[in-house]
Amino acid sequence: MNLVCMKNIHKSFGEVQALRGVDFDVGDSEIIGLIGDNGAGKSTLIKILSGVFPYTKGEMYIKGQKINPTQYSVRKAHKMGIETVYQEQALGLKQSLWRNIFLGRQPTNSFGFIQMNEVRNETEKIMREYLGFTAGGVSPDSKVSTLSGGERQGVAIGRAMYFEADLIILDEPTIALSVKEVNKVLRFINQVKARGKACVYISHTISNIYFVSDRFVLLDRGKVVGIYNRNSISEDDLADEIIHHSSSSEFKNR
Amino acid sequence: MKIYSVFRYRYGRQLGLLVVALVLLVFFMITSPKVFLRPDIYVSFLTTVPFVGIMALGITIVLISGEIDLSFPSVMALSGYVFATMFGFTGSVLLSLICSLFIGAVAGLCNGLLITKIGIPSIIVTLGMQFLLRGIVNLLAEGLDMTLKGVASTLGYSFLVGKVGGILPAQSIWFLALSIIMWYILFRHNFGNNILFIGDNENAARMMGINVDRTKILVFMLMALLAAFAGIIDSVRMRTWWPTMGEGYLMTTFATVFVGGTSMFGGEGTIFGTFVGAFLIGSLEAGIVAAGLTGFWTQFIYGLLIIIAVTLHTVVSQRY
Repeated sequence: MNLVCMKNIHKSFGEVQALRGVDFDVGDSEIIGLIGDNGAGKSTLIKILSGVFPYTKGEMYIKGQKINPTQYSVRKAHKMGIETVYQEQALGLKQSLWRNIFLGRQPTNSFGFIQMNEVRNETEKIMREYLGFTAGGVSPDSKVSTLSGGERQGVAIGRAMYFEADLIILDEPTIALSVKEVNKVLRFINQVKARGKACVYISHTISNIYFVSDRFVLLDRGKVVGIYNRNSISEDDLADEIIHHSSSSEFKNR
Repeated sequence: MKIYSVFRYRYGRQLGLLVVALVLLVFFMITSPKVFLRPDIYVSFLTTVPFVGIMALGITIVLISGEIDLSFPSVMALSGYVFATMFGFTGSVLLSLICSLFIGAVAGLCNGLLITKIGIPSIIVTLGMQFLLRGIVNLLAEGLDMTLKGVASTLGYSFLVGKVGGILPAQSIWFLALSIIMWYILFRHNFGNNILFIGDNENAARMMGINVDRTKILVFMLMALLAAFAGIIDSVRMRTWWPTMGEGYLMTTFATVFVGGTSMFGGEGTIFGTFVGAFLIGSLEAGIVAAGLTGFWTQFIYGLLIIIAVTLHTVVSQRY
């Protein structure tokens, strides 16, 4: 049984058809790269999966359970073990690490007051054990704005792992990061796999993320135009596929 | 060394503010020792500062949530009017207090609904509400004061504005208690956590499943409740309600919050700073007059203090 099974998913925003019948599966502890040019529908697909907005047509199953699009939401997705780390990094930069890790899910007493010892200790644990944060001076009370770009991704990924996500979705995890920071993010993704969780990331370049992936799904103009196993395609060939598809569809449109 | 820098990072701004306040105090003590070395002036501060201070707590939270509220002086007047009217009918402080707080909460609810559900920016909604509510008050009261006959002999009077131990004004204890409660709500409660995140990154808050609209509505209701409470205790203290109540408080309240170190940009702020700021701003006028300067100096020195304080806060926060 696949973790996620999406069949013939359509999504339109008014007149714009963002997705036109996408089939997409995610297996257990699989790392999938969702690739394609700008406007291919990658973000739309993962936003549907993470409950940001509903699809217009199609079927979606999570852990074998059929999803009713009108009742599906971000909270519901969290409950079903799907966590998303957004491109714009859903972090409050002026807030401390512990506030970011526990946002919306802090352990509280029955009056809604946050249990500070627990959140501080748990945050410490997540930083050390889940993410291997070794940088000195980073404490649960550090503000996220003091962290580097890669470390911020780490906070968001650590948050997802801690809350027992079975699938972690990363939206452009390495965009605008230096090589050193990209390596940090790759290490976090490897941690995800090592813990037996699945991961879908979207990216429109594959160069630095090729080696951590199991499978690539190529989207173009709202459709899946190719599925490749990492073992059976080289990095260069995959890059050629992306270029080939985006240019051929442009050709067709003319 | 490390502990020192962490300490400075976390408490540096608060300490800076305290130092500014103490320097000012020493300055006043030197320039007018007859006034500032006697306890009377401090009792007087504890009597008058809490009204602005309590509303400044509300504004602190509103600003942290990334919004603004200009309507609270009118909410203060409206709630004071309801309190005075109800007290005239019933003679019960408790009953009047409940009615007045209820009306205040409704005013805050209106603000919140217009801002979140209709989507009008808070500065516009609350600007409109500030005229609207003042207008309602003027129409209802026909511009006349109301005396709260017999309120001074009620238990409620002692409870709200009486002198604890024959010297300490009860409203100063209310201000302290509310400051502590607001600190806990803001920094140790789920509600405050949501406020901080919404002010910091509203989209992130939405994506993480926080109910942004409900939180903002509650913030405006909280602000209005605090303004209503200030209106009630001011009416009780003066044993009179008057239709221009609160009109002078708009700018001093904002001055308090900004001098305290809360930013305009949301996501961060300080209750401690607002608490100290209230006394700083509240003692300024008395200090200036006692120092022998004419009242003409007041605004100049107000302005100077605000500009200096805000500059310091900004410079310090950019360093980290």
